[in-house]
Amino acid sequence: MSTVIHPGAASDTSGPTAAAPQTPVIELQGLSVRFGKRDILKDLTCSLRGRAIGLLGPNGAGKSTLINTLLGFYKPTSGSARVLGSDIRMETRRIRSLVGYMPENDAFISKMSAVSFVQMMAELCGLPPSAALERAHEALFCVGLAEARYRELGTYSLGMKQLAKLAQAIAHGPKLLILDEPTNGLDPSARQRMIRMIADIRDSRQLQIVLCSHLLRDVEETCEEVLILNRGRIAHYSNLEDERKANKRFLELETYGADGDFTEAIEKLGCECAVTANRLKMILADGVEVRDIYRIAAERQVRIRRLNFRRDTLEDIFLKAMGS
Amino acid sequence: MAVYRRTYTSYSGPLTPSWSRSLVLFRYSRRKLFQSKLQTALFVLCFFYPLACLLIIYAAHNLSFLERFGSDGGLIKIDNKFFLYFIEVQGVLGFVLTAFTGPGLISPDLAHGALALYLCRPFSRAEYILGKASGLAIVLSQITWIPGLFLFAVQSSMAGAGWTWDHLWIAGSMVLSSLIWIMVLSLLAMALSAWVKWRIVAGALLLGVMFFGAGFAQAINAVLGTHSGHFLNIVYLMATVWTSLFGVTMEGTITPSEAWLALLVYCAICFALLVRRVRAYEVVK
Repeated sequence: MSTVIHPGAASDTSGPTAAAPQTPVIELQGLSVRFGKRDILKDLTCSLRGRAIGLLGPNGAGKSTLINTLLGFYKPTSGSARVLGSDIRMETRRIRSLVGYMPENDAFISKMSAVSFVQMMAELCGLPPSAALERAHEALFCVGLAEARYRELGTYSLGMKQLAKLAQAIAHGPKLLILDEPTNGLDPSARQRMIRMIADIRDSRQLQIVLCSHLLRDVEETCEEVLILNRGRIAHYSNLEDERKANKRFLELETYGADGDFTEAIEKLGCECAVTANRLKMILADGVEVRDIYRIAAERQVRIRRLNFRRDTLEDIFLKAMGS
Repeated sequence: MAVYRRTYTSYSGPLTPSWSRSLVLFRYSRRKLFQSKLQTALFVLCFFYPLACLLIIYAAHNLSFLERFGSDGGLIKIDNKFFLYFIEVQGVLGFVLTAFTGPGLISPDLAHGALALYLCRPFSRAEYILGKASGLAIVLSQITWIPGLFLFAVQSSMAGAGWTWDHLWIAGSMVLSSLIWIMVLSLLAMALSAWVKWRIVAGALLLGVMFFGAGFAQAINAVLGTHSGHFLNIVYLMATVWTSLFGVTMEGTITPSEAWLALLVYCAICFALLVRRVRAYEVVK
């Protein structure tokens, strides 16, 4: 049985995803991949349109296999898939010309300088040598390897190698950037830099991103949509932007000086409340705004120390998907 | 040049035609070849024998020069054997050059997983192999059939149109025999480079295939009392093909057609080994 998801259609009317393109970034129709007797991807059907899409799943869920299949490295056993409107069986070359790919594993030529390496990779995408050289410098500046760009890649640290991989993926100006575990093996500060860089690239609005990771925080900090894979199947789809908006009706207050009168006044507005110690959880009724809560607190001289919009974290969503 | 730009920008400039992408690898392979002083020195060394041949051709047509040494001009004969020796010598030099350059063709890409980066671009496996092979093939061409044709042109200009017309087939033989040798060497070097991670070991294996293959072939012939061992000797097979192309009789037990067939089988095996290895990712079944 296949899982059918049309997140793009649902989010076309509002919010940041309203600007999402008409052509889906990735469109899968019953896609299955089998190696020998083992099914790696099973009957995947979905259509993803977001600016930054996260592919989540535990190790061995099929994330990298899906990416490699989209790039034409593996042949699908059945079904079809389209990347930016191009069929993966018939238009592999076109897809590859539109995509920048940062693989999960080591991928570099140790005796080459970073600038020559990135230039060569850009030339292989069709950029003339002079433009490729210029873009190589720009890409290495962009990822923060400007000072080390004439050094041989073999002398780079792991974090620098990851950045060099990112530079070669963006040098030719792709329409879609596929990042496979970009923060693998990075220390916390390098990881933070990498995430910031991915967010910057996303915010440039000149390309779309597919980020494949098993680290929830990486996906949560960079992506708008999340597709969770488990054992080769789609376990869950979530539009994080929509989730964030929907959950704005859920409030958690930490107060000082609140008594039953304060809770009663809020309940009179039609809100559902639950009190625990000095915390108050509530669901705002239609027509009630946060400023109404502030007004009631001011009238009763209650101090609001903290106000959170409570929502399911990606971890909650992920665990639910794994549980199901 | 806007290197001060720190943010991502897309590219909207012109693109090169897709057929020219293999040439990118050729350019980079060639640049890498001449980065090594040893390989550059070897390449230069390969032009000494053509230079000597040029002097011999000049001397053969310069009677006063030969008379000074008491020769009547019959001492040096510029014929098919002269060009066969030229190709044989240059072929050996080409082999030495390949033993140094060949192993570094593919192994650096495989060692650190760079193949995925080549193949995720609008660039096929065939283009990758072609691009890598063309780097070696053009260097080998520069020391075999290109100087060979130059010598033939010099000889033609000195000997006249009659000689040229009668011996035009030698030019064709030179080109064909060189191209076969280049193909065998390139495929063998690339197959070894693809399967052996360490350059030095790959170079040693290339030498081993040639020299130990010859020794092994002799051993088989001696022990089993047959001549089929020659099929393991690539140098012998090549010599059989060359002599047949240059119209020189060679005492041997393998016919030229058998030698051709054996070389084609070797090329096919090397190509299959190469294709098996040149993949973005290994599929574990």
